[in-house]
Formats: sequence, structure tokens, C-alpha cells
Amino acid sequence: MTTVSATPPDWKPTPVSEHVRRVELLISNLLRIGVGVSIALIAIGTVVSFVHHPAYWKSSKELQTLVHPVAPFPHTLHGVLEGLRGFDGQAIVALGLLVLIATPVMRVLVSVVAFLQEHDRLYTAITLLVFCLLMLALFLGAVE
Amino acid sequence: MMSWQPRDFPFLDATKIVLPRSWMTPLHFDVLVLLVSTIAGLLGSLLGLGGGIIVIPALTLLFGIDIKYAIGASIVSVIATSSGAAAAYVREGMSNLRVAMFLEMATVSGAITGAYVAKVISGHWLFIIFGVVLAYSAVVMFRKRHEQITNPAAMRPAPWADFLQLSSTYYDAATETLVAYRVVRARVGLLLMYIAGTFSGLLGIGSGSLKVPAMDIAMQMPIKVSTATSNFMIGVTAAASAGVYFMGGYIVPFIAAPVAVGVLLGAMIGSHLLGRLQSSTIRTVFVVVLLWISLQMIWKGIHG
Repeated sequence: MTTVSATPPDWKPTPVSEHVRRVELLISNLLRIGVGVSIALIAIGTVVSFVHHPAYWKSSKELQTLVHPVAPFPHTLHGVLEGLRGFDGQAIVALGLLVLIATPVMRVLVSVVAFLQEHDRLYTAITLLVFCLLMLALFLGAVE
Repeated sequence: MMSWQPRDFPFLDATKIVLPRSWMTPLHFDVLVLLVSTIAGLLGSLLGLGGGIIVIPALTLLFGIDIKYAIGASIVSVIATSSGAAAAYVREGMSNLRVAMFLEMATVSGAITGAYVAKVISGHWLFIIFGVVLAYSAVVMFRKRHEQITNPAAMRPAPWADFLQLSSTYYDAATETLVAYRVVRARVGLLLMYIAGTFSGLLGIGSGSLKVPAMDIAMQMPIKVSTATSNFMIGVTAAASAGVYFMGGYIVPFIAAPVAVGVLLGAMIGSHLLGRLQSSTIRTVFVVVLLWISLQMIWKGIHG
């Protein structure tokens, strides 16, 4: 195992500050809440789907249209919002999936703020770049 | 792609275990996929592989789901399990947040690349590449990892890693000591992470089997920190490719729902069991099974 004595004398590990510790706990809670909320929405959406569509209980034809979709299903922000207005179960599931995708993105955003507060310009820039790349992924994904 | 012929399987006639789709209703599908995903999450957690790499062959080979939809469903489950595990690791102070943020520049770029390639590439190629990566991961998992006792590379100059302040400390509960470690080869790590991110985005897996060696072998980080940091990065990497897949219409809510819930559930059960599987006999059995599955995937890619 590495010890400080085994490394060059001019090198010191970066100490973990109280502030970093607080941010780590905040990130940990954020991840838990994000996963919890999304799983709850996915479960509720599934139950709503089965309640709204009695055919889901016994029709094997329904499965083919669900699993090999030819008809549009909620996969855009607009589509999900439209579906939610009609209390569509699959739109609630899609919202849960979006919350799940947003959870790591929020984690990066928290890190941006944390590095800003530490006046760590280098890591603020690195974290901001990661955040911009994530936003780019969402926007590019919508472009065919 | 969807037609099954017994001749496709010289190893063992897998068509016998393809679930009868003629009578399957959405209810059957949800219950069965939930069950299979839970088992995949549990096995992934016990073997230290992750659920995605096991759930994709199950969805495609057993349920006949289009591999692109299977990848879309899997990548969502990867976010769930990674975030759940990362929450615990971060609380223990085991993840190196600076290393994670620095390397995420590369993994996220790679994930976007991979997700785009997956959109344009033929499903046949996805099966073949998946089979190869699965075989590689199974072999990596099989090779027992030992904690490094000496760390000669810590003496080498590492101007980039030092400038980026990547070195840190962690508390080792086993020896009850605060362990300081020095990180080296930051740029090599960045390159390897871009490759890992590309495979993650392309195949809808966490690709921890590529991320962990990049950190513990190339960057000389302790294995515990490498594993925890890899887990932490997997969520952000997967979110990038999940964004591309969701907006592109490859994440079908009806398929993704039981997969996400099941894999997370299985991983949670796995983390409460007695750590990883240590018995070499059981590990050997699993490696053989995983290699067999990888052959099936490659075979389906060529002939399916």
C-alpha cells in the first residue's frame, strides 16, 4: 500500500476539507432522492397503465405494439407533458426515466457550485464543461 | 433478425428456451422481465460486473427484443444502480471526486460518440461487439485482483496529475489507517476513459471492467478507490448516452420500466449479501456461462 514516505519528499496529498465533505454528503443524498423519486414514478406509471388498459392483462397483441412500437410513444419533453395531461401511464413512466437521467446531471451541477465556492477555477471550468457536454447530448439526441 | 433457426446454435439449441411470445401478454412480460432483470442485477452485483451486461443478452436472446431497445432499457438501469452504489461510496469518502470530474470529460465525450455510432450501425454489429466485450469482461472478472503492496510508479514524475491535484487520501476500514495515494499518467487515463465511455454509450453498459483497470493499472490508484470512483463516473457517463437514446426514441418506457426496477432491486439484494462471490468453483462456472452467452451473441450477430 502507498504511504506518504514512499513518494517524493516534495509531494503532499491534497487534504479533504470540511467543505468537500459537506458537498459529498449533499451529492450522496441527491443521488438517493433522485433514484427513489424516479423508481416511484416508474412503478406508479406501470400501475396506471394496467388500470387504464384492461387489454394489457390478457391480450398478447397489445404486447407486440408495446415492445415493437410502430405508433409513437412518449420520448420528447413535449410528448411526455402531453401524456401527463391525459394521465397516461407510459408518460408517467417516461417522466420517471427523465428524473433518473437528470439525477447525475444535477450531481454535476452541484459540483460546479461547490468548486465555485472553493474558488477553484480549474475545477469549476472542468465541471462546467462536463455539464455542457451533458446538455449537448440531450439536444443532439433530439436532432435526427 | 427476428427469425430463429436451430441451426444457428451448434453449441446448444437455445431456441428451446426462447419464451413463447404467442401467448405472452403485457402482464406476463412485465412480471417475467422484472424477474429476469432482478436476477441480472443480483448476478451483476455478486460478480462485480454490473447488471447491464447480463440483462441485454436476456432481453434479446430470451424475449426477442430489438437490441437497440434492449440497450436503451439497460442504460437507464445502469444510471439507477450506479447512483445507488455511488451514494454509499461517496458517503464513505471512498470516491475521488477530482479524478471523477476530470475523467468525466472523456467518458461523457466517449458516451456521446458511442450512442451516435449505435444509432447508425447495424444491429448485427452491435451483437458482435457486445459478445466480444462480454467475453473480455468475463475474463477480467475471473482474474483475481490483488491489492498492490508496493507502488513503484508513485516515484515517477506526474506533472499533469500534480497540477490537477488528483492525489488524495482515503480511510481503509480493513487496516484502520488513512492511506495516501499518488495519481500518475493523467493523460493516458483520459484516453482510456474516452474508449470506455464509447463502449458504454455504444452498448448500454456501465463498462466498469474498462474503467477500473484504467485507474488502478494505468493511473496507479488503489483498487478500492478505483472501484468507487468508477461507480461514481458510470452514472454521469450513462446519463449522456441515455439522453441521446431517450431523445432519439430508443428508450421504450414499457421495456425500460421493469428493467430499471428489477436491476436496481437485484443490485440492492446483492449488496446486502456477503460481498462478492469468492468461491473459485462458482466463479469458473459463471465465466463459462458468460463466455457461452457471448458466443451466442456473436453467433446471432453473424447469422441472426
